[in-house]
Amino acid sequence: MIETLLWHSAKIWAVLIPLFVAVAYYTYVERRVIGHMQDRRGPNRVGYRGLLQPIADALKLLFKEITIPSQANRVLFLIAPTMAIMPALAAWAVVPFGEGLAVADINAGVLYILAMTSLGIYGLLLAGWASNSKYALFGTMRASAQIVSYEIALGFALVGVLMAAGTMNLGGIVEAQAGPFWEWFWLPLLPLFIVYWISGVAETNRAPFDIAEGESEIVAGFHVEYSGMAFAIFFLAEYANMLLISLLAAIFFFGGWYSPFEGIPVLGPAFDWVPGTVWVLLKAAFFAFCYLWFRATFPRYRYDQLMRLGWKVLIPVTVVWLVVLTGLIYAGIGPWF
Amino acid sequence: MEQVIFYLFAGVLLFAATMVISVRNPVYAALFLVLAFFNAAVLWVLVGAEFLGLALIVVYVGAVMVLFLFVLMMLDVNTAAMREGFTRYLPVGVVVAGLMLLQLIVVILSEQVDLIGGLIPEPSAEVDNVHAIGQVLYTAYVYPFEIAAVILLLAIVAAISLTMRRQRPNTQRQDVPKQLSVTKEQRLRLVQIDKKNRRHTSDT
Repeated sequence: MIETLLWHSAKIWAVLIPLFVAVAYYTYVERRVIGHMQDRRGPNRVGYRGLLQPIADALKLLFKEITIPSQANRVLFLIAPTMAIMPALAAWAVVPFGEGLAVADINAGVLYILAMTSLGIYGLLLAGWASNSKYALFGTMRASAQIVSYEIALGFALVGVLMAAGTMNLGGIVEAQAGPFWEWFWLPLLPLFIVYWISGVAETNRAPFDIAEGESEIVAGFHVEYSGMAFAIFFLAEYANMLLISLLAAIFFFGGWYSPFEGIPVLGPAFDWVPGTVWVLLKAAFFAFCYLWFRATFPRYRYDQLMRLGWKVLIPVTVVWLVVLTGLIYAGIGPWF
Repeated sequence: MEQVIFYLFAGVLLFAATMVISVRNPVYAALFLVLAFFNAAVLWVLVGAEFLGLALIVVYVGAVMVLFLFVLMMLDVNTAAMREGFTRYLPVGVVVAGLMLLQLIVVILSEQVDLIGGLIPEPSAEVDNVHAIGQVLYTAYVYPFEIAAVILLLAIVAAISLTMRRQRPNTQRQDVPKQLSVTKEQRLRLVQIDKKNRRHTSDT
């Protein structure tokens, strides 16, 4: 009894501690990478090449005062960050980092991920409403409309994945893609992958879909009134979600822990010594980098353009491709099924 | 252990359900309803119906209640006006509640659904919950399922056409091809500034 509890909490911490470190250094990487893309240097003063910068930032935020606006709803104002971070961390429970390396290897994994990511919006809603501030409320309205809209496209894209894999278990989805890189789901499900990735970026409220922040119009969106650690928790949740979407892209569409050269005569055995976890993390790191790349490249979408893209472009594309996919599976066409 | 978890979540569920109808602030009521849904989902997962539990969270907590809160937060709800006439509507409410209770009792005591006898099947090791529901839903119940889907689609179309039916004279619409086909010449005007008088004199 006690042993199983200890074992489970040990597994949870083994995921959470690297996740916190990854989030901290993701912010550092973001500032450095975007800095170089914009011909600046980025933070390079604290520690060797600025490597201690995230720790300095965290310490600063820890010691800052948490101010609560006098007209705010105190209870909801303080609950909101918790509501944001809780599902962002809970979703990591089913993510496999290698063959069988997941905290909970459940059968309804895809559904669980969708359930948890759809909960994250409450943190945003409560934060905007409880702050009792116009800009925060505007940010909340934009963000929640956006997340609800793109969740549909995201869900439909994942329906395609589980149709092709024939299972909702994340490990099973990876195993269905066993083989070299052209047998992974990104190729047969290319339209769905593109839809997944666009709506994944929109789900996490990141550039070019960061209208919820829109610092030039509504200062910073739903978390304007937050300071110190409460603000940092929203930040943590956002980056944890970004890393989750990146890792899931690797699992759903890019063969998870399989080497890209799996089964190729000479190259395949040459890379056999690389553990599967390294491949998962490498693939995830590429998508995490794309997030930063997008932010440095694209201008922000307008609200109506965003809604049009979500409802009139992405959802029809997924619906059509699901019908095509059903036909392919039914007829047994294609090398993938 | 399972009993402890069950009573814990069932207790929170009952508490949340009571709060939904007793708190004054409608936003709080909606949030308690979210809590109630979440606890109901946990109870379902506990009896092995993980698909239903997670679907409850995705559909009700993740979408329906979000839109509900979304609307509530934008409305200026006058709680005093809502509490008015509580006694006046009480008889109707009691009748509706009584009818629902009666229906529930009839269902629970009926022969076909042996709820009291504990009909929950043991989760089998070979076929998991998601597969089992999918197999039944798309074979035995495929027509009811499809008809329900069509009715829902109809409701969506009806709701949209109801709001679009009446064209107000001042509504502004966006014509996307028109927006995209604008050229620089149509929108941009270069102006010569007279530096001394600080005003523009002529178009160039």
